[in-house]
Amino acid sequence: MTTSQVHEERGRHEDEALAGESVISVRGLWKVFGPRAAAVPNSPKLRELGRRDLLDRTGCTAAVRDVGFDVAGGEVFVVMGLSGSGKSTLVRCLTRLIEPTAGEMLFEGDDMLAANHKQLRELRRNKFSMVFQHFGLLPHRRVIDNVGYGLEVKGVGKTERTRRAQEVIELVGLGGNEKSYPDQLSGGMQQRVGLARALAADPDVLFFDEPFSALDPLIRRDMQQEVIRLHREVGKTMVFITHDLSEALKLGDRILIMRDGEMVQLGTGDELVGAPADDYIRDFVRDVPHGDVLTLKWIMRDPRPDDPLDGPELGPDVVVREATRQVLQADKPVKVVSDGELLGIVGDDEILAIVARQESGA
Amino acid sequence: MSTAQLRDTITTRRPSKGALVAGILAVWLVAWLVLRGTHTLPLGAAQLTGLHEWLNDVNDSIGANRNSNPLFLYFFNIIRLIVDEFTTFIQTVLSEPAFDSPIPMLGWLGVVAVAGYVCYLVANIRVALLAMAGLVFLGLQGLWTESMDTLALTISAVLIALLFAIPLGVWAGLSDRFNRLITPVLDFMQTMPTFVYLAPLTLFFLIGPASATIATLIYAAPPVIRLTAHGIRSVPRDMVEASESLGSTRRQTLTKVLLPAAKRTIVLGINQTMMAALAMVTIAALIDAPGLGKTVIKALQTQDVGTAFNGGLAIVVLAIILDRVTTAASAKARPSHTAPSRGAAMLRLPMLIGGGVLAAIGVWLSRTYVWAAEFPADVEIGSTIVRATDTATEWVKDNFAALTTDLKDVVSATLIDPLQALLVQSPWWLVAAVIIAISVVIGSIRAAVVSAVCLALLVGTGLWQDAMTTLAQVLLATVIVMVLGIVLGVWMGRSPRVDRVVRPVLDAGQTMPPFVYLVPFLALFEATRFTAIIAAVVYASPVAIKIVTDGIRGVSATTVEAATASGSSTWQTITKVQLPMSRRALTLATNQGLIYVLSMVVVGGLVGAGALGYQVVAGFSQGQLYGKGLAAGIAIVLLGVMLDRMTQAAAKRADRPS
Amino acid sequence: MRRTRIASTRLALGAGIALLATLTLSACGGAKVGEDSGSSGGGECGEFNIAINPWVGYEANAAVIAEVAEQELGCNVNKKDLKEEVAWQGFGTGEVDAIVENWGHEDLKQKYIKEQKTAVEAGSTGVKGEIGWFVPKWMTEKYPGITNWKNLNKYANLFKTSESGGKGQLLDGDPSFVTNDEALVKNLNLNYKVVYAGSENALNEAFTKADEQRTPVLGYFYTPQWLQTQVDLVRVKLPQYKPGCDADPEKIACDYPTYDLDKIVSKQFADENGPAFKLVKNFQWTNEDQNQVATMIAKDKMSPEQAAKKWVQDNKDKVNSWIGKD
Repeated sequence: MTTSQVHEERGRHEDEALAGESVISVRGLWKVFGPRAAAVPNSPKLRELGRRDLLDRTGCTAAVRDVGFDVAGGEVFVVMGLSGSGKSTLVRCLTRLIEPTAGEMLFEGDDMLAANHKQLRELRRNKFSMVFQHFGLLPHRRVIDNVGYGLEVKGVGKTERTRRAQEVIELVGLGGNEKSYPDQLSGGMQQRVGLARALAADPDVLFFDEPFSALDPLIRRDMQQEVIRLHREVGKTMVFITHDLSEALKLGDRILIMRDGEMVQLGTGDELVGAPADDYIRDFVRDVPHGDVLTLKWIMRDPRPDDPLDGPELGPDVVVREATRQVLQADKPVKVVSDGELLGIVGDDEILAIVARQESGA
Repeated sequence: MSTAQLRDTITTRRPSKGALVAGILAVWLVAWLVLRGTHTLPLGAAQLTGLHEWLNDVNDSIGANRNSNPLFLYFFNIIRLIVDEFTTFIQTVLSEPAFDSPIPMLGWLGVVAVAGYVCYLVANIRVALLAMAGLVFLGLQGLWTESMDTLALTISAVLIALLFAIPLGVWAGLSDRFNRLITPVLDFMQTMPTFVYLAPLTLFFLIGPASATIATLIYAAPPVIRLTAHGIRSVPRDMVEASESLGSTRRQTLTKVLLPAAKRTIVLGINQTMMAALAMVTIAALIDAPGLGKTVIKALQTQDVGTAFNGGLAIVVLAIILDRVTTAASAKARPSHTAPSRGAAMLRLPMLIGGGVLAAIGVWLSRTYVWAAEFPADVEIGSTIVRATDTATEWVKDNFAALTTDLKDVVSATLIDPLQALLVQSPWWLVAAVIIAISVVIGSIRAAVVSAVCLALLVGTGLWQDAMTTLAQVLLATVIVMVLGIVLGVWMGRSPRVDRVVRPVLDAGQTMPPFVYLVPFLALFEATRFTAIIAAVVYASPVAIKIVTDGIRGVSATTVEAATASGSSTWQTITKVQLPMSRRALTLATNQGLIYVLSMVVVGGLVGAGALGYQVVAGFSQGQLYGKGLAAGIAIVLLGVMLDRMTQAAAKRADRPS
Repeated sequence: MRRTRIASTRLALGAGIALLATLTLSACGGAKVGEDSGSSGGGECGEFNIAINPWVGYEANAAVIAEVAEQELGCNVNKKDLKEEVAWQGFGTGEVDAIVENWGHEDLKQKYIKEQKTAVEAGSTGVKGEIGWFVPKWMTEKYPGITNWKNLNKYANLFKTSESGGKGQLLDGDPSFVTNDEALVKNLNLNYKVVYAGSENALNEAFTKADEQRTPVLGYFYTPQWLQTQVDLVRVKLPQYKPGCDADPEKIACDYPTYDLDKIVSKQFADENGPAFKLVKNFQWTNEDQNQVATMIAKDKMSPEQAAKKWVQDNKDKVNSWIGKD
């Protein structure tokens, strides 16, 4: 069984497993900007045109082209791409801050595109909320009133609002700052306010639009930890947009990579690194420390007749970095075993190939 | 060859903008030599065109039918009644005897106390003290009642303007279509000379507070509409999206996000509107608007410069008070920066209560005792100001008249005459072609289309030759304004000390009614086009200087440091770094300078500019010239729109890196 | 920084209290509002709305009429500062009762008296108005014959300015008055260019300078005008006016007529025939009378009210004749 077969196998398997409990389900989603935009997704000819040709022919730009995926409950789903890849447009389509041109979107089984203004408002008030790249805080309101804004527009009374806001402020670690104004806070703290605001109404899904790209690297790391912690504590479904691959790998259960509005690959972190769909992705993941991402199943080989099969056993999902010491110390190859079945073996050569790659900084 | 290379070759082969303009001008000069004096569309002083006569008839029929027309009976009369009542009410608070009492509701001490308290509430204690001192100064000038009349008129015009201007501004901020619709209307309101609609206004709203208020607010409302729209538009998208993503209704987003976030810009608009309202005070006096305007106009009937200056100074003082208060209030609209320390917070409540009590005592005193009600006449400095001004004016006249006459003659012969000859004696179609070509080169095709339409309409007004004479003066004045703007702007931008000294002078230049300095100018430069140009320069250069100063300041300190570090001399830093980097400010300054110069065309007509300005003034004074005056007003608006769109298109192009 | 601000705030509050306290104390003996309210008008005259056109001679007429109306007839006089055209409009809207010095304005008479029938004439003010071309007096001594139009071409060089394009300058243009000067220059074959000064101020300043600094000026001007009491101007003789010589504006080649300055009142005001109307109708004085009051206003800087009061005191006879008192 080749690695790519593994990939396909697993992908299909997962799709089926998640279908029943998916929170967001998207099919054939298009967003086209320009005159007579609606014509583009409907015309078989225009659908196939590249960016430049489409612009020349119709004056339109397709920011999102025929995108489809499912997000499972409790999952952290990352959409990654460079600027102009359509990821921000995509997340705005999901919340209908931008109206999609064509396609289907289900939210918890309900047709999102059929929702009228009032229903949409209800969804936004109760079911999902969003964290923005430049925070989008209201400079004329104190932290506590920013956090309570969603509750306020919903009509929640002041006491209840303040209580709940205080609660989430504590949750994101901003206790003591509730009386400050946004521009008295550092960037990282401001984004914590944005986070608290999104959490205040206790939504089912959180959307993040490149929330940390405006922050310093150190602060960014803190905030990523914060999101991981929150995800652990409150267990929300999260859709996370980023242009930073390491952030995507760190946070994402699954990652969707986009280019020019199109999906290039959808999979887990190790799938992307282990089985890049094309050169574009390969180029992308080249600088990623493979040993940190790949698991043993990506580097194992079928046992050869002369291989001793009495070495130590490890699971297929153990990350290479964690297995390195054990593999190198053992004088026999390590067996990769799942449910008592031998999947393959990993020897010094396989480990060293990954480690050497990392050392040379390639 | 790749497309990029191809594009490069095309740009390198295409002559530069400057060369193209020079080429166009050269062709014009040659054509002028050949075609001089043909197709110049002249019109004699007493001659009228069909359009002018038709406008006269319209005006007459409005006057003849106003008592029977239902539009008047129901619509205009009701507006007039409401505005009259409102303005009269504010007058009874500040300046006119209230009901049975011989004094207004607030005597001078009451006004000072209340003003101080209100300023403290909306701004801070320093501004409050400044406002109180300023008000007392007005009393000392011997102009208390007049000043309060002016203040009452300004306040009621501004309040009524805000009532519809802010909703309109919000609408224009939210809807691109409405914004496109209202922009030309606002242009019209701001550039149409007041003289043109002053007389008809009294037909619609009669002589009295209503006409004065409405005349003032027509001119004063546009800035706050524009700035409200601008404020709404500049609210970061993120903020609006955040609000929407939390499920706000449109109304909630408007009231809880857009308006609060745009508050500072809106207050700035209110500030501009107040300044514009004050600028109208003198002109509204011609239709019996009470206040300082009358003081100025009456004094000038007898060339009494001293008294006129005293009145003008009072207007400047009022302007400074209103400006500083609204500026401080707009700074306070950014809450976090004034987050008070604990000490100040503890003091705030006693200050609020104490201030309130003081204000109440002041009001009570002013309603009870004569000394606190009417400003004591025996303490005054007004007559000293009058005498000092007279002495100074005489001295300048005696010592400089010969020099200034020479200056005027030289400038007229070397600059004004040639430019005017070129514009006026060229065939109209040649001038039009040149202007359209230049619009394309420095601006855009769109700007050229606007120019073409404006030029066609200009021909239609029947006042082509006058329009060209005026255009020559406007262009020259703008050039002088820009030279001053760059020299002083760079100086002020580089030295805060110079800024501190010069800025109050600029404020005065902007708010002192031009009528006041026109008389001494007439003595120095006689009734000439040169005098008109100088008056326009005095009025228009402050705004250009301020914009350039801002631009120079806006150049990042790092860039300047880098230039210094690489060994640039001061001159090199200015010419190679600071000026090119404030290119945007320079174009904006040119644009605003032009508009301000244009708004002085009518004033120029009063001191020898002739042409469109004089036609407007004459139309205001002589019934049979009314239509011609109105046409001249329209011609000024057309010139304004054309020059504005041209410079704006040029500015947009300057913004795009080539 | 903050500390000093608090300190200054506290100081300001303290100073305010202290100041007001002193004022209150010292005020206890002061006169109270309303104690000294003078007698208000009343009487059977009622409201009298008089337009004030913007020149001093007019103001002199109006001030004297207002003084008499208030003091002798007990009218409640409202003075409204208005330009002429606006004032005439005011007859129709009932906001102006009287204009008390009207210079010709045949067009306005046609419109408001004949067509709209909102105004009526109320007789002469007794003042004679002259419009014409003037030069400063010193020029008549230095340049003999300059006051005859036939010699003007000879002196055209004197009057050359930056505005006149090589010809002599004829300074025109108080925009309120009708001018025939372009036609005159053309039809009399004068080597002059009409330059529009644009305001009375501009003309005043030009003649003042011409007088003080002996610069030559030839300009359109009129009398009675307050400046004529301070600066000596001499009228240039143009071909004599004959009735009808100004019928065709294009072909005018004669001087301006002498105007009998008259009074115009609103039709309604005349029909009611109240005491104020009778006063306006009977009001008549001379150029000298008007000049006296105008000089007090323009030169001695008295307020129009003060000037009128003084003149009324000195001229009881005339005043009595207007109001039918012996």
